[in-house]
Amino acid sequence: MKRHLISAGDLTRADALLILDTAEELASLADRPIKKLPTLRGRTVVNLFFEDSTRTRISFEAAAKRLSADVINFSAKGSSVAKGESLKDTALTLEAMGADAVVIRHGASGAPHRLAGWVQGSVVNAGDGTHEHPTQALLDAFTIRRRLKRGSTRGAGLDGIRVTIVGDVLHSRVARSNVLLLSTLGAQVTLAGPPTLLPLAVENWPCAVSYDLDSELPKSDVVMMLRVQQERMTAAYFPSVREYSRRYGLDAARMGRLPDHAIVMHPGPMNRGVEIAADVADSARSTIVEQVANGVTTRMAVLYLLLGGTEFPAVAQ
Amino acid sequence: MSAACQPGPTRLSAPGPWLIKGVTVAGSGGQRDESTDILLSDGAIAAIGSGLSGVGAQVLDAQGLIALPGLVDLHTHLREPGREDAETVETGTRAAALGGYTAVHAMANTDPVADTAGVVEQVWRLGRAAGHCDVQPVGAVTIGLAGSRLAELGTMADSAARVRVFSDDGRCVADPLLMRRALEYVKAFDGVIAQHAQEPRLTEGAQLNEGEMSGRLGLAGWPAVAEEAIIARDCLLAAHVGSALHVCHVSTAGSAEIIRWAKSKGWPVTAEVTPHHLLLTDELAEGYDPVFKVNPPLRTAADVAELRLALADGTIDCVATDHAPHPVEAKETEWSEAAFGMTGLETALRVVQLAMVDTGMLDWHGVADRMSVRPARIGRLAGHGALLALGGPANLTLYDPAAPAEAVQPGASKSRNTPFAGMELPGRVVATFLRGTPTVLEGKLA
Repeated sequence: MKRHLISAGDLTRADALLILDTAEELASLADRPIKKLPTLRGRTVVNLFFEDSTRTRISFEAAAKRLSADVINFSAKGSSVAKGESLKDTALTLEAMGADAVVIRHGASGAPHRLAGWVQGSVVNAGDGTHEHPTQALLDAFTIRRRLKRGSTRGAGLDGIRVTIVGDVLHSRVARSNVLLLSTLGAQVTLAGPPTLLPLAVENWPCAVSYDLDSELPKSDVVMMLRVQQERMTAAYFPSVREYSRRYGLDAARMGRLPDHAIVMHPGPMNRGVEIAADVADSARSTIVEQVANGVTTRMAVLYLLLGGTEFPAVAQ
Repeated sequence: MSAACQPGPTRLSAPGPWLIKGVTVAGSGGQRDESTDILLSDGAIAAIGSGLSGVGAQVLDAQGLIALPGLVDLHTHLREPGREDAETVETGTRAAALGGYTAVHAMANTDPVADTAGVVEQVWRLGRAAGHCDVQPVGAVTIGLAGSRLAELGTMADSAARVRVFSDDGRCVADPLLMRRALEYVKAFDGVIAQHAQEPRLTEGAQLNEGEMSGRLGLAGWPAVAEEAIIARDCLLAAHVGSALHVCHVSTAGSAEIIRWAKSKGWPVTAEVTPHHLLLTDELAEGYDPVFKVNPPLRTAADVAELRLALADGTIDCVATDHAPHPVEAKETEWSEAAFGMTGLETALRVVQLAMVDTGMLDWHGVADRMSVRPARIGRLAGHGALLALGGPANLTLYDPAAPAEAVQPGASKSRNTPFAGMELPGRVVATFLRGTPTVLEGKLA
C-alpha cells in the first residue's frame, strides 16, 4: 500500500482486500466490552475539515480514538483558514505539530494531492470536491461483502456482484471512488442517471452506463442511491425535483423490481422523498445504518495499516 | 518601412556596427540555408553576403547559428500597471529579449485596464524606457473589460501608443452585438479585434478541458465547443462587416477546422496558437499541480496534433506566447483556487523547435514567418517582421538549434510559473538585436 490514501484507484486488489480483512478483524472488537486497542498510542491524527461533515469527521475521530491515537480536530470555520490562510501554510503548521496522519475533507478536487506534497505524514482523503471519497468506497465494499458473501469472507472479492449506482455521478466523489474500487474487486458496476449528470467521457470508465433505471433494477444485487442536490435543478441538470424523483428515485414500487437478495445503499445524508423513499430507506434491504457502523471499522483499518500495522507485512512500506 | 523612422529606445545611444559572421539566414530566399555574413549599422542591415569585412565593427562568430527576423509576440501579459508583484514591463521585456523577441504586444488586462489613451501611453513609455524590446500596447475592447460598453478605441488608436490591436483577453466579448460593433468600428483606423473565444455560460466555473481527465479528476469541464462556437460566430461576423478578426490562443482541433473554412472563403480572419498548446496535454493535470492550469485549458493529444498541422499549413498564422506570469502564491494552492496562466516568452522558440521543426512540420523559414513576419503584420507593427535583407531593420535573433537539450531553469521573468520547468528543450537563443543594438549576447542580457 502507498503512504497515502487519496484515490481508490491507488489501491490494488490485494491492498483493498487487506483493508477489508483488517476491518473484519477489527469489527470483532466492537462486540467486546472494551472497544479500544493500544495500537496507535502516541501517534497523532489530525482531522482537517474544510467542509462541514459531522458524520465523516466523527467516524474518523471514533476510528482513531479506538486505536488510542491522539486526535486533533481542525475545522476551517473560526480558524486561521477563515482568515485567509493558504492550504500550504495550514499544512506547514500541522507538519510542525508533528501530525502522523492528516485526514482531509476539502471542497476543492485535488486538495489532498496538494497537501501530500507539503506534509511528511500520511494523507487520507475524506472527500475532495467532486473527485473522490475512497474510505466511503471501502466501507461500501465492506458492507456489500458482509451482506452478500455468506460464510467466511476473508480474502473474498466482489466478483460477479452487480452494483448499480444511481443519480448525480457528475458531482459525486462517492461514485468515482466506488467505480474504481468495486471494479478492482471484481464487481460489475453500472451507472444510471440522467445524461446531464453523467460525465462526458464516462464510457471510458470501468463500468457500464444506463439512462434507464427500471431496466437495470432486476439485474442488480446492489443499488446505491446518490444524494441529489436541489441546486442542480437551477443549473438545468433536470427540470424539477418531482421529475427527477419520478425517473430516478427509488420508491417501494421500484424496489419491488429488485431480486429478493438485493440490498439498497446510500452514503448519506439522504433526501427522503427525493432520491429515496422513506419506506425504502427504512426497509430490511436498506444497509444505511450498517454503513455508518462499518465506516468506523473500515477507517480504523485504514489508519491502522497506514500508521503502524506491523502485524501485516504487506504494509511494511 | 525603414528602420530609421522607428523611435529608438531612449536610454540607448546609437549602436556601433556589428558584423555577424557565418550565420544561416532563415527565409532569405536564394541565400537560404547557406552561411553568410550580416553587417548591422545605424539600426539597419548595411550589408549581407559572404566574406564581409566591417572596419571598426564588433564581430560575432555565428557559425552554426540561424538568423531569424526578431521575434514578435502578439500576446504578452506584462502585468504593469497593477500587478508589479507578478511582472513589470522591465522584467517582462528582459524575458522577451532572452526568448529572442524584439517586440511584444502588451495585453490590456492590467489594473487599471488599458482602456484609455492614458494607460496605453503609460505602458508604451515604460517599454521605451526599458529598452529590451519594443512594447506595443493592446487596447481593451470594452471599458474595464466588462463587456458592456466600447472603450474609446479611436482615441487609443490616435494616441502616441498607436494602438491597432484591441482585445478583452482573459474575457470574451460575448455579446454578439457588441462584437459586431467593435469589428465595424475599428475599420476606420485599420484595427483588429483579438478575441478570447470563450462562451461564458458554457464555461461557468470551468477548470480543465472537458473530457476524460476532467471527468476522472472531478474538475468542472471547459468544453471545446465553448471556444468553437464563439470562433464560428465571430468568423461570420467578420465576414458580414468586412473587418479583421484575430483569434487568440486557438486550442482545439475543431477551432482550427472552423478557421480553415473561414479562410477558404477569403474572410479576414487570422489566428494564433501558444507554444504550450503545441506541446502539452490535459493529462498533465493528473497531480492537480496548477502550473498546468491555463485558459484556454490544455487539451488532448489529438488537439495538439491538429494544431501543429494547422500551424504548418498556415491556417493558424502565428505562435503567440500568452505569457501570463503569476506570483508563487497564486499557483501554490488548490487547483480550483489557482490562477490561470503560464509564462512562455523565454521558452517559446525552443518549444517551437521541438514541436514543429524537429518533427519536420516547419522549416526555419516557416518559423520566421510564424513567429515574426505574420504576427507583425497582424499587429500592424511597423519596423518588425521583415525577413532579413539589405536595408531592412536590424532586428534579429541568433539561435542555435544544435545546442544540446537542457532542462528549463527559472529565467528573467519575475514569475516562475512555467509548465516546462525541468523539461529538456532543445536549442538556445544566443543573441537578440534590436535596431542594431544587442539586447542579448551569449544567451545573457547585453
